[in-house]
Amino acid sequence: MTQSAGLLIQLSHIKKRGVDDWLCLFLSGLMGLTVLLLLLIVAFLILEAWPAIHGDGWRQFLRSDGWYPLEGKLGLLPMFWASIAVGVGALLVALPFGLGSAVFIAYYAPKVIGKPFAGVITLLAGVPSVVFGLWGLTELVPLVNQWHPPGASLFTAIIVLAIMILPTISLTSYSALLALPTQLQLNSAALALSKKTMVVGVLIPAAWRGITVGVLLAIARALGETLAVLMVAGNVVQMPTGLFEPVRVLTANIALEMAYATDNHRAALFASGLMLMFVVFLIALGASKLSKKEMSPI
Amino acid sequence: MINRLFTLLIWGLASCVLFAFGWLMVDVLVQGVPMLSLDFLTSDPIRSGRAGGIYPIIVSTFLILGVALTIVLPIGLGSAIWLCEFSNKDSKIVSTIRLSLDVLAGVPSIVFGLFGYAFFCGFLELGFSILSGGLTLACMMLPILIRTTEAGLAAVPNEWRRAGAALGLSRTTLLWRVLIPYAAPAITAGLLLSIGRATAETAALIFTSGYVDRMPESLADSGRSLAVHIYDLSMNVVGGDKAAYGSALVLIMFIVSINLLANALSESWMQKRVSRQ
Repeated sequence: MTQSAGLLIQLSHIKKRGVDDWLCLFLSGLMGLTVLLLLLIVAFLILEAWPAIHGDGWRQFLRSDGWYPLEGKLGLLPMFWASIAVGVGALLVALPFGLGSAVFIAYYAPKVIGKPFAGVITLLAGVPSVVFGLWGLTELVPLVNQWHPPGASLFTAIIVLAIMILPTISLTSYSALLALPTQLQLNSAALALSKKTMVVGVLIPAAWRGITVGVLLAIARALGETLAVLMVAGNVVQMPTGLFEPVRVLTANIALEMAYATDNHRAALFASGLMLMFVVFLIALGASKLSKKEMSPI
Repeated sequence: MINRLFTLLIWGLASCVLFAFGWLMVDVLVQGVPMLSLDFLTSDPIRSGRAGGIYPIIVSTFLILGVALTIVLPIGLGSAIWLCEFSNKDSKIVSTIRLSLDVLAGVPSIVFGLFGYAFFCGFLELGFSILSGGLTLACMMLPILIRTTEAGLAAVPNEWRRAGAALGLSRTTLLWRVLIPYAAPAITAGLLLSIGRATAETAALIFTSGYVDRMPESLADSGRSLAVHIYDLSMNVVGGDKAAYGSALVLIMFIVSINLLANALSESWMQKRVSRQ
């Protein structure tokens, strides 16, 4: 009896092994499909951008005589610097508010306020970018226009983008602060440090890794944002010289001109897409180096 | 004194954030709510959307989402299960795949739009269609879905896998009866989040699913998603702001309910984990 039962288990084991092998094969097939898709995306972008970048072609993007695709002048520099200016500006504005609200939820807010406040930030993270754009276009641009015409400008883009990336900074900083050992707070209390000294001198430095990851993710989002920026930045191709000048960023340029671009112009747009992808690659590499732990992309 | 000032500063920063959020929300509600009616949801747009409703746009949005999900669900879940349960975690290839998924999750959506425009619309000759749009969205959702599903599976304690092996369960049974049920709320939460992302997407859809605001006749027809509709109304249609706010309210309500559902799911899952430990 026991013998046959043992055999049965053995037999069924062998049979199930077969199922396992099939499953493994099936799943590897799906994984292979994913990998293929990843390669396809990169390969196709490179293929489309190739006419503009092969040989010395990429040098034409560094020309200083501007972006006049119909005349074959494809200087990307003004838009590159505009992207950097908008991204860095938004980060500088968003960082104090994001970090401040993370500190607020973690250490300052009474429980009754802290939880709904965290909920508000999570909600803010879910608002679609096109809604931010709509709000910026109909509320912020007229307001800035009264102050410093024309309204649609680098400044407006920075403000809208800052509000968009604030939740990313705030939520990652908050979870980094939350993950700190309680010992740090107890020790600070034992040393009779003031609350300000504890937060600025002990807790924020201890959580810098997580905070930096949040900042990197926020930069990636800021550089990649397209329509919200397109709607409020004015889209004039020029070097960003003043805070209230209209600018056009790389992503907006792709969205505006893709519809009618041909030949070299089209290849140049793909090349700028490739460039964005490369920058995001560097940022993701940095973020994964910083956070040794598993990190979800959201 | 400095301590007081710092406390004041923190409260000040937090209230500024609250103020910005309040401004945005009040604006959308005040301008959006008067537009909202059953008629708005069930009639066709008139004069490029200045009047009329958004019925065909809602239908197109769900069709695009449906196409994307049909593609992304099997591939994404399968890949995540392979990565977490069947792959050799230390191998160079697996960590390269992980890094490329992380990179892809952060790639700007307009770049996916470029790819979709060149590959699906151009190379595969699908044209501006719901199919192209859905496939492009699928590419965008894939890395997010894989990474969240994988994180959900990775959080299943290893003892369960050992116990399963000790009971002589096949890996298929273990996966089907133990790991997936345990990780289901986390997987669903990840899925909902990527649906939210996809619904909010505009840049990747403008050049793939197109601009046409009439009722799509088939998946090969062009269809305008809700987010693209808002963009078009506010940028290209003079006097379309009211309808844009109405559509924005509908979009936000949809995404907020999806996010709330995702939060509730992952919270209940966290509690389950804590109580079982």
